Amino acid sequence: MDLNAKIPDGPIEGKWDRHRFEMKLVNPANKRKYNILVVGTGLAGASAAASLAELGYNVDCFCFQDSPRRAHSIAAQGGINAAKNYQNDGDSIYRLFYDTVKGGDFRAREANVYRLAQISVNIIDQCVAQGVPFAREYGGLLSNRSFGGAQVSRTFYARGQTGQQLLLGAYQALERQIGAGKVKMYPRHEMLDLVVIDGVARGIITRNLVTGETRGWVGDAVVLATGGYGNVFYLSTNAKGSNVTATFRAYKRGAGFGNPCFTQIHPTCIPVSGDYQSKLTLMSESLRNDGRVWVPKQKGDARRPEQIPEEERDYYLERRYPSFGNLVPRDVASRAAKAVCDEGRGVGPSKMAVYLDFGDAVRRLGQNVVADRYGNLFEMYERITGEDPYKTPMRIFPAVHYTMGGLWVDYNLMSTIPGLHVLGEANFSDHGANRLGASALMQGLADGYFIIPYTIGNYLAQAKLPKIGVEHPEVQRCLAGVRAQTTRLLGIKGRTTVDEFHRELGLVMWDYCGMGRTAEGLKTALQRIPEIRARFWSDVAVPGNNEELNPWLEKAGRVADFLEFGELMCLDALERNESCGGHFREEYQTPDGEALRDDANYSYAAVWEYTGEGSAPRLHKEPLEFKNVKLATRSYA
Amino acid sequence: MSKTMTLTLQIWRQRSANTPGSMQTYKLEGVNEHMSFLEMLDVLNAKLTKEGQDPVAFDHDCREGICGSCSMVIDGRPHGPRKGTTACQLHMRTYKDGDTITIEPWRAKAFPVIKDLVVDRASLDRVVAAGGFVSVNTGVTVDANATPIGKKDADEAMDYAACIGCGACVAACPNASAMLFTGAKVGHLVKLPQGQVERRGRVLRMVEQMDREGFGACTNHRECSEACPKEISFDAIELLNREYMRAHVTGE
Repeated sequence: MDLNAKIPDGPIEGKWDRHRFEMKLVNPANKRKYNILVVGTGLAGASAAASLAELGYNVDCFCFQDSPRRAHSIAAQGGINAAKNYQNDGDSIYRLFYDTVKGGDFRAREANVYRLAQISVNIIDQCVAQGVPFAREYGGLLSNRSFGGAQVSRTFYARGQTGQQLLLGAYQALERQIGAGKVKMYPRHEMLDLVVIDGVARGIITRNLVTGETRGWVGDAVVLATGGYGNVFYLSTNAKGSNVTATFRAYKRGAGFGNPCFTQIHPTCIPVSGDYQSKLTLMSESLRNDGRVWVPKQKGDARRPEQIPEEERDYYLERRYPSFGNLVPRDVASRAAKAVCDEGRGVGPSKMAVYLDFGDAVRRLGQNVVADRYGNLFEMYERITGEDPYKTPMRIFPAVHYTMGGLWVDYNLMSTIPGLHVLGEANFSDHGANRLGASALMQGLADGYFIIPYTIGNYLAQAKLPKIGVEHPEVQRCLAGVRAQTTRLLGIKGRTTVDEFHRELGLVMWDYCGMGRTAEGLKTALQRIPEIRARFWSDVAVPGNNEELNPWLEKAGRVADFLEFGELMCLDALERNESCGGHFREEYQTPDGEALRDDANYSYAAVWEYTGEGSAPRLHKEPLEFKNVKLATRSYA
Repeated sequence: MSKTMTLTLQIWRQRSANTPGSMQTYKLEGVNEHMSFLEMLDVLNAKLTKEGQDPVAFDHDCREGICGSCSMVIDGRPHGPRKGTTACQLHMRTYKDGDTITIEPWRAKAFPVIKDLVVDRASLDRVVAAGGFVSVNTGVTVDANATPIGKKDADEAMDYAACIGCGACVAACPNASAMLFTGAKVGHLVKLPQGQVERRGRVLRMVEQMDREGFGACTNHRECSEACPKEISFDAIELLNREYMRAHVTGE
C-alpha cells in the first residue's frame, strides 16, 4: 500500500499556493466531458457537488435521506472556526493551525492542517455571500464566541443552528445546480459498493430505497463524503441513519482506513435515561462559555443541586485547568467527567452525570442575555428531560460524537485507490486524535468548496481513463454481490431484531473501546464481536422484502458492516500502545490522569489494509513529521 | 421512579403508493414516560417484528428536531400536541395511561405516500431549486465584514431561515399550501443585502413552481404557523404575497 502523502515542498505557508500553481488544469470546455459521482450531501458532499458543477463537470449526487438538506451536518450546533481575527485578540492562521495540531494531540498531518487554517477565512466569506445569517453585533459586523481548546474568539455561529445554516447554504447552491441540470440528484439512494476497475475507482452500486432497485453507476472519479461511524456504538449523537457502509465497502475494495480507533467523546450530552434510548442528544460546547461544570465534593451526596452550598461544590475543570477552565478540549473534559463519576461523585438518577450550571451566568448577565445566546438549546433540554435549566443545573455526560478516523487520503484528498476522493468526516485527515469544537464544519466546507475543485482537476487531467459502461463485467460482479447480501439478510428469518444486535455491539464498543481502553478489555472485545457477528448472520430478523421501502433491511446492512468494522477499531486501539487525544489507553497515563503519548514509537497514522475475509488486516504506517509545531505534552492547566 | 403506561395506537398502514391504506389498532404496554414518541414507535416495531408482523415505516434521522425528517400527524396535528416541537422531540410524559393516539402521514397532493407514514416531499426541494438561493459561485473574495448587516435584519433573516423543511405547514393547511415554507425562504433572503439582486425573479419562480407541484393557495386559516415546529411566523405569508405583488408591479 503506497502511503505517499504527496505533500508539496517548501515552507508550510506557501505549500498550498505553490501546489495550486503546479497542479494540472482541465480546460473549461473539457470539463463537461467528465462525470463525477458524489456520495453524501452534508457540508462536504453538497459543497463539492455544487462547486464541481459550477466549474462545468457533470455530477451525479446521491444521499440516503429523502432530501439532500437532511444530511447530518444539519445537526451541528455551536459554530465554525475561522482565523479572521475580527476580535483583534491575537488570532492568526498560524494560531489556528497551532491550536488544531496541538488539540489533535500531534497525530495529524501538519501540511493539511495549515491549509485548513488558511482556507478557513474564505469559507466565512463564501457563506456570507450565499446569505448564511451568521450572528451579528449591533454595528452590523459578525459576532464571535469561544470554543474549547482556544484562547481566542474565532467561532462564527448562527444561534445554536450553525450546521443547519451552513448546510442550507450548501444545499441551496446544490439545488441551484440541480435546477440548472448540472447535478442529477438521487435522494433515497444508498451506496452499497465501490467499483474498482484496473485499480482505479470508476463507479458505485446503489440501492434505491423506495423501489429496492440495485444499479451500477460509472464515472471518471468518485467522491465519498459519507460522514463518520460513531453509530458503531449504537448510542451516539449521530443521526440514526449515519453509518460506515460506504467507507467500509471502499476499504474492502482496497482503500486504506486511517486511525479507526480515534473517536471523539463529547463531554456535554444529555445522559441516558433508559434501555429504550435510541440516541443521545448533544448540548453544544458553546454552553461552556457561560456554564460552569461541577459535582458535589462529597461522594454519594443525594441533595438537590440548589441545596448544595458553594463551598461543598467541586468545579473540577476550573480547579484542574485554571487557564482554560470550563473550555478545555473535549477529550480532556470528557475524561474528567468520567473520573469524578468513577469516584462516586456523579449526580442524577443514574449517578453517571455532572452538572452544567448557568446560575452564575443568569445572575451576571440576566436571563434575557442567556436566553438570547442559548435559548433554543435550553428549550431542547427542557423538552427531553422535563427540567428547566434556567432554574436547575443541566445534567450532562459524555457521549460518542465524532470520528477522527476515516479513509486515509493524501494531500489531494485522494485515497489509496486512484480516483477515489474522500471528504469531510469520512476521511482521516485533519483532526489527529481529537477534534476541536467548531472545526468539523470548517473541514467539511474546506474540503468541498476549496480543495476538491482543484485537486480533482489535477487528477482528471492526468488520468488515462478508458470509456466504460455499466455493462462492464466488474460492475455486474459488484451488483451481483450486493444483491446476494440482500437475499441472504432477508432469508435468515431469525428471532433477534437488528436493533438488539446493534445495541449489543454498541455496549461492547462502549465498555472496551470507549472513553477508557485497556489491552485486556480490547482483547475481550475482539473475542466478543465475532461471536455477535456469527449470531447476527444466523438469527437476525429482517422483516419485509427487497422490492419496497424497507428501513429494516437498510439498517441490517449497516449493522452487518458495523459488526466487522468494530473489530478493526479495537484492533487499531490495541495496536496503539499510548494515549493520545480521544484514544485513552488506561495503561498509559501521567500520575494526574492525563494522556501519555509515546512519540518515539507512535508518531504515525495507522492505516489498515483489507486482506480478505477471515484474514487479519495489514497495518501500514504514515510517519508524521512536526517541523513547525514543536512536539510537546499538551497542557491546558 | 418513572411511570409506565398502556396505550392504544391507531396507525395508518399503507403498503405502497398504489395500494389503499387503512387505520390499524395496536395495543402497547409498558411505555415509559421518559421515552420520546419515536422511541415508543421503536418499541412497537420491535414487538411487531418479533410477532412476525410488518413494522410501521416512518421517516426519522437526527431525532433532535433539526433534520426535518419526521413527518407524522398525531391526533390530527402535525408533530403532535406540543407547540414548537417536532415528533421526535415529543416525549411520552405528555400522555397518560389508557390514552388512545392516532398517527397518520402528512396528507397533501404534493406529498404522495410511499409507505405507512412515509411520504415523498421532493416537491419542496424543487421549489428551492426554482430560486431559493443566491447565485454566487464558489470562490468569492469579498470580505465577510465588507457589508455590515444590522442585527435586527440579521435576526429576522435567521428567524425565517430556521425552517427545517419538514412540511408540517402543508400537512396542517386545509388547502395543502406551501406558502409558509416558500415565504420563509423568500423572507430569509429578502432580509439580507445578498438576496436583493435576484429578489424579483426568485419570488416569481418559486411561486410558479409551488403551483406546478400541486400545492394549494393560502386562505388565511393560519394553521401552518400553529403547526410549525420552528414557529415560523405567519408574517412569512404576508411577506410572500407582498414580494410577489411587488415583483409583478415592478416587472421588466
